[in-house]
Amino acid sequence: MTDFNNPLAKVRGLGSAKDGTTHWLGQRITAVANIPLVIFFVVSFVGNAGKGHAEWVAWMKQPLVSVLLILFIANFTHHMRSGLQEVVEDYVHDHGTKFAATLAIKFSCILIAALSIFSVLRIAFGG
Amino acid sequence: MAQAKRPLSPHLQVYRWGAHMAVSILHRITGSALAFGAILLAWWLVALATGHEYFNIVQGYAGSAIGRLVLFGITFALMQHLASGLRYLFTDTGKLYELKANTMSAKFTFVFSVVMTLVIWAAAYKVMGAY
Repeated sequence: MTDFNNPLAKVRGLGSAKDGTTHWLGQRITAVANIPLVIFFVVSFVGNAGKGHAEWVAWMKQPLVSVLLILFIANFTHHMRSGLQEVVEDYVHDHGTKFAATLAIKFSCILIAALSIFSVLRIAFGG
Repeated sequence: MAQAKRPLSPHLQVYRWGAHMAVSILHRITGSALAFGAILLAWWLVALATGHEYFNIVQGYAGSAIGRLVLFGITFALMQHLASGLRYLFTDTGKLYELKANTMSAKFTFVFSVVMTLVIWAAAYKVMGAY
């Protein structure tokens, strides 16, 4: 598996849209970042399983928890947007539908991120 | 596309199913399922920020039989997507392309996801004092 492809350095930043591998790389970078963030998320939610509102709020108010949750949300929504877009690009062949679906995915992911991050911040800074 | 019909190269249906194909399609299915999970997480966070009354309603949905089934499915999707995603990070660097390693690593993702899903739920029930 050595000489079949151009070195990444050759193609990086040189696509037809002048940002060749940005989408591909972004998906991998967020994938790597997701590994520790998912572990944090799963361990935390298992550890708090069955707790009531006050305990969940107290847990989320911890600065490190708020920050990690916001990073997790920002990271996975980015990853989710690239992944869903890739699925649409592979299976939807009509240009209009593809454009509309891609736009809907982008807006939905940003909406999910905004709602989630705002909620974490509201809890973190709330009384 | 709008071009005349041309002969197509053999596609998915001509190949015998293998673990690597199952992993590939499952990676996309679980990824899409996790997008649905992201909506649920956003709903849950909004509920937590709204107040204890609404939060208790949402927790009631989550704790119902259907709610637990959905969450169990999302847990599996997360663990499968994590394992197969990790495998793809290796293939991205040119590793795991030998037939045996490719098949074994594909099968390992299923073992990992099933075991981890059960471990996570056993731990969650333990935390909730179920046993």
